[in-house]
Amino acid sequence: MNFKLRVWRQAGAVKGRLVNYEATGISPNTSFLEMLDIVNERLAVKGEDPIAFESDCREGICGTCCLTINGEAHGPDHPGAACQLYMRRFKDGATITVEPFRARPFKFIKDLVVDRSALDRIVQAGGFVAARAGSAPEANSIPIAKHKADLAMEAAACIGCGACAAACPNASAMLFTSAKVSHLALLPQGHPQRTDRVLKMVQAMDAEGFGNCSNFYECEAVCPAEISASFIAKLNREYEIATVRKRAGM
Amino acid sequence: MIGTLDSRVPPGPLETKWSNYKDHARLVSPTNRRKFEVIVVGSGLAGGSAASSLGEMGYHVKCFCYQDSPRRAHSIAAQGGINAAKNYQNDGDSVFRLFYDTIKGGDFRSREANVYRLAEVSNLIIDQCVEQGVPFAREYGGLLANRSFGGAQVSRTFYARGQTGQQLLLGAYQGLCRQIAAGTVEMYPETEMLDLVLVDGHAKGIITRSLITGQIQAHSADAVVLATGGYGNVFYLSTNARGCNVTATYRAYKKGALFANPCYTQIHPTCIPVSGKHQSKLTLMSESLRNDGRVWVPKKTHDTRKPSEIPEAERDYYLERKYPSFGNLAPRDISSRSAKEVCDEGRGVGETGRGVFLDFQDAIARLGEETIRERYGNLFDIYEKITGEDAYHRPMRIYPAVHYTMGGLWVDYNLMSNIPGLHVIGEANFSDHGANRLGASALMQGLADGYFVLPYTLPIYLAGQLGKRPAVDHPEFKKAESEVRARVERMLNVKGKRSIDSFHRELGLLLWDKCGMARNAAGLREALNRIPELREEFWNNISIPGSGAEFNQTLERGGRVADFLEFGELMCTDALERDESCGGHFREEHQTPDGEALRNDADFASVFAWEYQGNGAMAAPKLHREPLSFDTVELAQRSYK
Repeated sequence: MNFKLRVWRQAGAVKGRLVNYEATGISPNTSFLEMLDIVNERLAVKGEDPIAFESDCREGICGTCCLTINGEAHGPDHPGAACQLYMRRFKDGATITVEPFRARPFKFIKDLVVDRSALDRIVQAGGFVAARAGSAPEANSIPIAKHKADLAMEAAACIGCGACAAACPNASAMLFTSAKVSHLALLPQGHPQRTDRVLKMVQAMDAEGFGNCSNFYECEAVCPAEISASFIAKLNREYEIATVRKRAGM
Repeated sequence: MIGTLDSRVPPGPLETKWSNYKDHARLVSPTNRRKFEVIVVGSGLAGGSAASSLGEMGYHVKCFCYQDSPRRAHSIAAQGGINAAKNYQNDGDSVFRLFYDTIKGGDFRSREANVYRLAEVSNLIIDQCVEQGVPFAREYGGLLANRSFGGAQVSRTFYARGQTGQQLLLGAYQGLCRQIAAGTVEMYPETEMLDLVLVDGHAKGIITRSLITGQIQAHSADAVVLATGGYGNVFYLSTNARGCNVTATYRAYKKGALFANPCYTQIHPTCIPVSGKHQSKLTLMSESLRNDGRVWVPKKTHDTRKPSEIPEAERDYYLERKYPSFGNLAPRDISSRSAKEVCDEGRGVGETGRGVFLDFQDAIARLGEETIRERYGNLFDIYEKITGEDAYHRPMRIYPAVHYTMGGLWVDYNLMSNIPGLHVIGEANFSDHGANRLGASALMQGLADGYFVLPYTLPIYLAGQLGKRPAVDHPEFKKAESEVRARVERMLNVKGKRSIDSFHRELGLLLWDKCGMARNAAGLREALNRIPELREEFWNNISIPGSGAEFNQTLERGGRVADFLEFGELMCTDALERDESCGGHFREEHQTPDGEALRNDADFASVFAWEYQGNGAMAAPKLHREPLSFDTVELAQRSYK
């Protein structure tokens, strides 16, 4: 198969642009990232600067890859990360536009690579249970209803890729934040810090410059981990309750 | 330079070694802890749990990872589960049984005391993870669920859907985030360790390169912990993440740390086969599929008919034929080798001829498609994404792939290497899995080392080191830094014609062929001749555009492949020297009449630890042996009949 690529190239603060490349002789069983590998290997041998893009596990779980393909975060094959996209999904001869995840809090690094450490800082603000190794009680001492544990797992499945913020017209990271807040609020182990956690994480989210949810649900549509937008409703509820509790000094 | 290897296994009965040892171990007082700096390289299950635990205890920790966030380390991809001897199923499990299964699974090539300690702390890990909010699978009564895994007759595996590694890593990552916010851990993402710095023979720092800016920097500390994972990517294609590499441990080896049992690699039988030259990595299909799938190949060689057109009488269900009692559930190493055999005979399937069928037709006829969908739906989906084939209607194609490496830097009972101050944890060390790792034990070991072993053993070293941390302008740091710079420059100045990946692929194919599922002396010698030639060409003909002072992914990969090109030779040297078969190391010269691995306990019940002898140029490494004594278990031949 042959493809025409329009790839975002940018180094440093200078404004980037779309550059055309040809990807020729590609097997339909090639993954999208492997297709970029092939283009890059050809560039490197010619002494030209390869296209910078990040990836690691290449099986959809690490959340490293962050490509916007033909305008969609992670490309057309939902649910799934860009690394799980295969070239047989495209028509032979197709023109494909590749850009990075765009959201103001994601600083540009190079080409298709952006800095998503803003998401780490949201977790650092409170997305944890303070549990010191060595002081944990026996694991079965607190039974947890299966449906609650299952729901917590659905929220915890977030891979932290940031597609939600990249797809959102407001660059909102509320799906990301709500997944962590919900995961920990659904489990008894998360309860002692429940009030503090949601207030601090939302504050950090705002401070990083992410916008608020305005119900487009683009985030849910592109999420490779199929995190439900109903967790955003849960985040709002947790936040309201926490605000009242805090005001009441509880 | 190195005398006899002292494993520092404490005296006393196996069951009380660890508790007695902890009771008498040296401590660092809380007020002194903040005076110590500890470097942790790697942020997976081992590194993440170690960094957060040490930070919590009050040490000042610097944690480094090459990923853009510590949450992305490759532990995240582990699917199956984590073992613990909780005996929640009331099926007769115990610490001893977990210990015994692990020693036996490793084909009696690991240290009794280490493995017993691992089994002992396994229960604490589950407690710790539940407290962190890891959403393990539960039963309707609200208690934790378990499933069974290979190599055990009890149900002791805890799991979170097919994403156990992800959830455990996020637990460790969140703990780490808490310490980062508290200021006890300083995180350096997108940073690669390029050398270890020794001052007066002690590990006192590292040299790193920022993958974003290219800045080369020296970091000093009171101790260094390597948690940098395994070296499976030496084979180019493996189930490891693209970035996984041997660089940190290999550079430590070049500074004098012993590399133990590098030939022990685990090859997993059920992965999606290679589809062509473009392929960058392989994907595991959970072994559980073999509960309902039947493995077969055509009886005829080079049979290109569709599977549905091959009549029953012309199919060879070779596992069922060769191992009637285990059938399709034959152990990993046997299944992998058998698949290789039939493909070598020209009976492999798929475009490349390197694949066998895993057929669900009988199971679907027996149980209905819906039941199969419930059991394995997500795996069938992954399979379809990658191959474009619908496994409900045509058999899956599978083939073995490199998955895990049991070898690693040699460590003593304290998880310290032969270099004082250099500690090695998780997959990066050699210690607990012998010649073969059981399923659901890798996660257990990573977290055991980081949460429950290193926090006790690191202070034993640190207690004598107060005030001995050198400054980064110490001559040893300057020397190491300039060596790193020179190496980067040398690589950039080759300006040849071949891509980095083409060398990596060639090395990988060579090792897969000569040092993969089956090895023999002649093949290993061939590889040992070829690798230096390949290395020579690498240093004369690689093409790396750009400079070192910028984001340069080709340069990153170049450094890693350069190390693989040296490490591959060490791996083959070890495989040649270990003139027996054991676990994942199958020497064709040593097999029983039935084709089973034939151990030689009289000559090889020992750890092979290699010492670097090169001085710029490569010289044959020096072998040190640590004899393994088995005081509790009896050495037995594993049998699957």
